[in-house]
Order: sequence, then structure tokens, then C-alpha cells
Amino acid sequence: MSATLADAVETTGRVVGVERIGEYQILTLRAPDVARRTIPGQFAMIEAGCLLRRPFSIFRATADQVSVAFDVIGDGTRWLSERALGDDLALAGPLGTGFALESNGPTVAVGGGYGAAPLFMLAERLRPTGHAVHAVLGAARAARVFGHDEASRVFDSVAITTEDGSLGTKGLVTDVLADVVARTGARRVAACGPMPMLEAVSNRCRELKLACEVAVEEFMACGLGICWTCVVPVAGNGEARYLRSCTEGPVFDGGAVAWG
Amino acid sequence: MGMNAPDLSVDLAGLRLASPVLSASGCFGSGQEMSRFVDLTALGAVVCKTVTLKARRGIAPPRGAETPAGMLNAIGLQNPGVDAFIAKDLAWLDKRNVPAVASIGGQSVGEYVACAERLRDAPALSAMELNLSCPNLEDRGFMFALSAERTASVVEAVKRVVMVPVFAKLTPDVTDLVAIADAAVKAGADGLSLINTTLGMAIDTRTFRPKLSTGTGGLSGPAIRPIAVRCIWQVHQAMPHVPIIGMGGVGTGDDAIELFLAGATAVAVGTANFYDPRATEHVRDGVAAFMTARGITSLDQIRGRVKVEG
Repeated sequence: MSATLADAVETTGRVVGVERIGEYQILTLRAPDVARRTIPGQFAMIEAGCLLRRPFSIFRATADQVSVAFDVIGDGTRWLSERALGDDLALAGPLGTGFALESNGPTVAVGGGYGAAPLFMLAERLRPTGHAVHAVLGAARAARVFGHDEASRVFDSVAITTEDGSLGTKGLVTDVLADVVARTGARRVAACGPMPMLEAVSNRCRELKLACEVAVEEFMACGLGICWTCVVPVAGNGEARYLRSCTEGPVFDGGAVAWG
Repeated sequence: MGMNAPDLSVDLAGLRLASPVLSASGCFGSGQEMSRFVDLTALGAVVCKTVTLKARRGIAPPRGAETPAGMLNAIGLQNPGVDAFIAKDLAWLDKRNVPAVASIGGQSVGEYVACAERLRDAPALSAMELNLSCPNLEDRGFMFALSAERTASVVEAVKRVVMVPVFAKLTPDVTDLVAIADAAVKAGADGLSLINTTLGMAIDTRTFRPKLSTGTGGLSGPAIRPIAVRCIWQVHQAMPHVPIIGMGGVGTGDDAIELFLAGATAVAVGTANFYDPRATEHVRDGVAAFMTARGITSLDQIRGRVKVEG
């Protein structure tokens, strides 16, 4: 039983925006009860034309709208990519834990592919409180770097890595992380992206003695805390325990996750 | 009449339930998470996730995979142990006056009994459900519910130590379900829960790996509803006076009516909670609408009334 359950609601969201950012889809729903409760790192479960809903971390939340970013990778995301303005979609949210909003210095936000989406919202929430947020955005190639056009407006600085060298530094986010930390004086890292990237970032942060929060991605049947499919092994006292990424996560202390 | 809300209450093995719609074990936690979306007091009872005598860590992910009209899961009975369940979950339900059914599991008859004994004086407990789809370590790891004899041994031992009604939850993965249901009832079960998930498997054709870490897992959702209807019908035909909680792919009022017509006294909503957090409300409202439209005043009037010719 979780001490602090996200204050989620079940509602219907009307599609008010369908756009693309690079190779990614952005879907915007009018859902005021979800929007006004959302903190960065939280997610929503959205109907996707299949039996199960799909989890999406929230990319942007205004007073009455939430936007999610995704890649068309299966039947659910294909169905969602075909929605039109005015369609109504059932959703529940906001769900799960978010990134810490108390900061005592600059943050480095590390995003892999469209996993970078919630980091944009994190920057928009942290920067008005006087704390800088610097981005490291990585992907396989230039078109897979999420939101690099918008990033220079949203973050204090932006470093980009691509595996093929088609944009920014050729390599992985972990290749540039130490330099960005040294340049910015960051005390913490917030990361979101594929699990191997989160593992590498967590390990790098341990070496650099930096606090590291990671927002994980696991298969999730319900997102509500009742199916126990989405667990991640997290060390506490002694043996790692399986914690639900929908309820105790998706944001975990990267240093506590028992990777691999 | 007419405009009045129909009487949804049912008598389930001596329990008077305000609604015939329950939550299915393992698909609703113990209600805390779902209380954000539904009024738990409107449920007939919350059937809690299975607990065991000692805490269980559960198995490694991946633990779930979507399949056509259903899903596979293998969790490994992750739970905090019966004592923590009583102290936290049952106490929480008791404070809110939500009728609770504890589901217990074990790997030996002795473990079921020890777990049941801890629950004997627990608050809020309306009934107990025996999850007999656990591996029996005293019998080559086979599920208890695969054998009439092993099923009877658990039911008989637990009945000796508890006062509340006991429901035996059976697997459909057997050759002769009626024989196992009969053994459970003769051993003292007050009712039956039909059905648990049916064993399935899915393989990722890109990686050649199973989609669940264990290989096999329980299939649930609309895909298994016809199996549930068949099992309930077969058992109800053979023993019409035995109360049955029906479950298996129920997500609408019409689905529930189908199970009532097959012979169920109450229904439990499982996987539908995952994709519709208000599924239990939708099922109950659908049942009420059906009764109003048909002028049915009690579910007793339709229980087991499927008309099978020849």
C-alpha cells in the first residue's frame, strides 16, 4: 500500500491538437481535471483502440490541456496517431510519482528519444523558481532527437548526442554528461528514456556522486496500482523489492534501482 | 415499480450482499487505489489480492502481455504476507465499512490453514476465497485445483478453522471440472468461484523469447468469458444449489447477465478494471438497467435460466 497515491481522476478528454515533432506524434487532450493536477514525470493511461489502455508520460500541462508524445510502435500508438480533432478519448491521470520539484541548484535533464518529453515540463516548472535546467538529449539519429528546435527555448542549455553523429556529439548521453555537469555545476540529474540508457545514466551519476532520478518505462496493464505487472526491482534494506512503476514510480532514485 | 431502482441484493451462501457485483481477486488490490475512481461501498464486496502466510517477492518482469481480447500475467503471488494484510488492508476496508473477502494461497495444506487461522478474528471479513491455483510443493508443484483430492484436502482443513463462508476458486484447466467442484463442496466449501485464469503463453517472434519471464501465465479478459460461462453452466447443472461467484471477462452488465443465466449468484469484475477503472460501476448499472427493462425484480428469477434444448 502506497502512502501517497497520485490524486488521479477518470475522465474523457477531447482531442484538441494533433501535431508532429520530428518523427514523433503529439496528442493534446482537453482534460482540465487531469491537467491542473499534473506534476512533471507523471503519466496518464489513455484508451488506444485495444483492450488495454496505454501509459504516456505527460509532455505539457496547461490549465485545461495535457499533451503526450509518442512514437508509432504498435497497434495502440498507430490507432492514437489516427485520432482527429474533436474525438473523445477515455483517460485516467495524473498517475504515479513525479520528479522532485524542490531543487537546491541546477539540474541536468537527460532524455533519450521521446523519453525527453516530461523533461520539458520539468524545466518549465523549475526554471521560474530560480533553478537552471540544462538538457542532454540523445537519440540514434537526428530525426529521433525529441524537440531539439524547442529545447533551446525551454532549457538553459542543450547538449545533443546521436549515435550516428548526424546531430550534436557522436555517441551516447553518458559520453557528455560529466562535461555538462562540470560546466553547469549541477547537483542532480533527472532522466527519462529507454531502460539501458537509464541504467547507464544511473551508473555515471554514482561515479560523479550526483543525485539521480529516473522515470522508468515498463509494460503496464492498468497503470492504476492493481495489476502488479509493471514492477521494477528497487533496493531498500537488504534484498531488492519489486515496486510498481505506476504507483511507487515511475520516478525512482536511479541509485536504488537494481538494474539488469 | 417501473421507475424504482431494482433490488440488486443477493444471498450468497448466507451473506446478504447489497450488489451482486464484486471485484475479482488480483484485479483490484484491496481497494485503496481504486477508491480514487469508484465508491467501494457500492460493491457487493471487495475480493482482495491473494495473500500468503509469509510475504512473497514475486517473479521478475516482464509480468504481463496483451493478447487478442485478453492478457497474460504471471506475478508470482507478490504480497506483503497475511499479517501486514490484516493490519493495513483489512483495517482500511473495515474503517470504510466495505465488505471484504480475503483470498488466501499456499504451497502446502498447512500453509493455507496457518493463513486462515490468522484471518479468523480479522475485522471486516465477510468470507474467504481459496486460491487453489497455487503450486503444491508437496505434490510435484502441481496446482491444488488440478486434483479433486488435493482440492478437498485444503477446503476441509480450512473449514475446520474458520467461521466465515469459504469459496473454492477453481481452474478451468481440468478434464472434469464438475468432479473437482463436487469434491470441494463435499469437503465443506460453502460456494465456488469460477473461474481462475486459464494457462497460456505468448512468444515474441523477434527475440524468440516468451513475452512473460516465466514462459507461461494466466490468460484473462473477454477472451476467456465463453470458458467461464461453460464452466459455470456445467457446475450449476450438476449442483444447482451451490452458490457460484462467476468471473472471467466480465466488463459490462450484459456480460454479467450471461453469467447469471449460466448459474452464477454473483459476479466478480477482473481485467476490465485495468482498462476501465469504473468497470464495477458500469457492470452494476448495466445489470440494473437490464432488470428494469425486463421487469425483473430479483436476480433469483434469471439465475441458471439459460434455455438449452435437447
